[in-house]
Amino acid sequence: MTTIAQTNDLTKRRHILRRMLPARGPSNIVLGIIAVVWLVPTVSLLVISLRPEAAFGVSGWWKALLDPSSLTFSNYRTLFGQGFVAGGLLDSLMTSIEITVPATLGVVLFSCFAGHSLVFGRWRGRDVVFLTVVALMVVPLQVALIPVVQLYRELGTLFGLNPFGTIPGVIIFHIAFGLPFGIFLMRNFMSGIPKDLLEAARMEGAGEWKVFYRIVLPLALPALASLAIFQFIWVWNDLLVALVFLGGNVHTPLTVFLYDQNHELQANYWIISTGAIVSVVVPLIVFFSFQRYFVRGVLAGAVK
Amino acid sequence: MSGSTINVKTRTSRRRPWIREHAVSLAFLTPAAIWLLFIVIYPTIDTIRLSLFNESATKFLGLTNYKTVFSTDTILTAFRNNVIWVLIFPFFVTFLGLVFAVLTERIRWATAFKALVVMPIVFSTTASALVWATIFDNSPQIGAVNAAVLTVSDWFNPPGAYPVSAAAGQTVADLVGSNAHAKKNNTIVSTSSARAGGTINIGLEDITPATLTLLKAQDAVKPQPMSGAITGVIWRAFSPSDPTNKTDVLPGELGLPLLHLSLVNSQGASVATTTTTTSGQYKFSNVGAGSYFVELGSSNFGSGFTGISWLGGGSITPVSGLGQTAQALLSVPLADMAMIITYLWIWAGFAMVLIGAGLASLNREVLEAARIDGAKEWQVFRRVTVPMLAPVLAVVLVTMIINVLKVFDIVLNMASGASVNATPTLAVEIYNDGFTGGIHSGVSSAIAVILFLLVLPAMIMNLKRIKGV
Repeated sequence: MTTIAQTNDLTKRRHILRRMLPARGPSNIVLGIIAVVWLVPTVSLLVISLRPEAAFGVSGWWKALLDPSSLTFSNYRTLFGQGFVAGGLLDSLMTSIEITVPATLGVVLFSCFAGHSLVFGRWRGRDVVFLTVVALMVVPLQVALIPVVQLYRELGTLFGLNPFGTIPGVIIFHIAFGLPFGIFLMRNFMSGIPKDLLEAARMEGAGEWKVFYRIVLPLALPALASLAIFQFIWVWNDLLVALVFLGGNVHTPLTVFLYDQNHELQANYWIISTGAIVSVVVPLIVFFSFQRYFVRGVLAGAVK
Repeated sequence: MSGSTINVKTRTSRRRPWIREHAVSLAFLTPAAIWLLFIVIYPTIDTIRLSLFNESATKFLGLTNYKTVFSTDTILTAFRNNVIWVLIFPFFVTFLGLVFAVLTERIRWATAFKALVVMPIVFSTTASALVWATIFDNSPQIGAVNAAVLTVSDWFNPPGAYPVSAAAGQTVADLVGSNAHAKKNNTIVSTSSARAGGTINIGLEDITPATLTLLKAQDAVKPQPMSGAITGVIWRAFSPSDPTNKTDVLPGELGLPLLHLSLVNSQGASVATTTTTTSGQYKFSNVGAGSYFVELGSSNFGSGFTGISWLGGGSITPVSGLGQTAQALLSVPLADMAMIITYLWIWAGFAMVLIGAGLASLNREVLEAARIDGAKEWQVFRRVTVPMLAPVLAVVLVTMIINVLKVFDIVLNMASGASVNATPTLAVEIYNDGFTGGIHSGVSSAIAVILFLLVLPAMIMNLKRIKGV
């Protein structure tokens, strides 16, 4: 009896094991291969940027993996050594920051305001406004480019302040097209905040502004982080808006810097690869520091 | 949201004036409202107006710009490319996302894998495009893909020691210096013939010093005639001191090593083969009666594989029999494929995250029940998991369709040379028509309006979904 029970137990266990093992073994191998494939482009970019200028085109970057001592920081030293000359790498890095930080702050701030108003306000038509915002989420920004350029020019003739060709011009545009997603995200998140909390504060005589920054803002912090990361990465990586609105400006963000380098008659790949690494380092730091919020933002943006 | 609770609360908070409360709340909305009105809503409407005017927006044209859109070759190409993108990309990225999401459920290092695959989303498309442009580069010394293809193809079709670069317009005939002529099958045959005990020397030119360095060529030496054998030297007939003399072996001229030679009789049949030494000498021993020629086989000059031009103007064109226009519209540029692969690398992580979240929220009991009922793992996946995931898969598909309709950065940065004309998308045409060489609004606006109409169904779907929530 005992032996039969034992064998039964064993076969059962084997059965369970068999169901798990054949699936796990191949999964590990398949995903291992995929992981390597996914890593190759990034590694290649890094290796090319660390190889001497003359090595490009003479032998493949993978040759350098066999001879790591041939790697050098000379490309970085050369480009950073130029300092903040207009059109240089450092200047572009600064321009990227100058555009991205205000554009992110603007969207986060205005989205929080608007979300607060849409969730905790009691005026009529909030639903209509919210649905409009949802509708605007998919509007391709290409649709707005030319009229905004003309609007900027009119501002120039009316007030002598033409944002076209300037960094504020780019920032203003980015804020506008970041808002629909921002408002959508904040509004959805804030709807989860218990209204009783606000009521209690109001009862104690707190004004709307105080309610906002004392209660709503701290509670909305996770969504705010998701939004900030999204907007930051989105603006940092934009090429089109900068190309259109900075046309002719000597200070360009990193994406335009890379684009220009690539479209020069003799594309210098040592500059392109080094510039590309510099351009991806910042969003990578942001991504790895706030990965959780990033994923949350992805989910909130599409599934909800 | 239940109306009654709101009413109760409204009543309790009626301590402060009604108007003021709304004014403050509306003030919170004001910055966003101004921005959206002036930079999104008004411009969108104005674009519709501009699309009916000429390029400087001074003259009303009616629908002329739209006619131009549908009769301009590059814009039609752009439509074709958008169709290719929309048909191929969303499907594949959703498939990859599904596979990744399912497989990561079974491994211990799922977090690391996910981080790795999601990473490219935070890179700028510009940077990603430039990286992949090198991966797909023609030269096997730059492009990893072609280097891999080259390694494999060299097993089957090894290049010769003296590759002739067809790409540079070089032919085998260009190599002939003296005492030889090239034949149509890319062989070189000596002009003079010899009997046993004779010599045949052939001078070649147009061979790079780099090739000779690689082959460790030494100074050419004329061999002595040997009885019963045919001997000679094949050398590079170029001397800086006497460049026009191609018939004599001059001091300092190098022999050509590793050439595969055949001894050919007067009927053209090969009777013996040999290979030249480092100083270019050869020897056919025990030659029979009759006169013979020396032939340099075409394998000496084969260039082997020279790389697939992924980002060139090449395309996969459908079978002939169609009209030229139809063929042009139905062909898929190779560069589009390269760009789509790049885009998959960027976006698969996004699909994986969304689908993974969908998987995590599935009712495990249903899956377990199916397994207990004896369903195989694959059946569970096909019949239970995928149908239950359908709403998430639809979201991924729609999001990716919208994304791909607007595809821009990748095309602008990866297309080069011939592929610039083959790969434009609508977004690229909006930019090219509207913003290169000054600002021209008419046609560009018309394309923008069409692009807007294309995303409209997605907008309506979103609205319906949100309203339903």
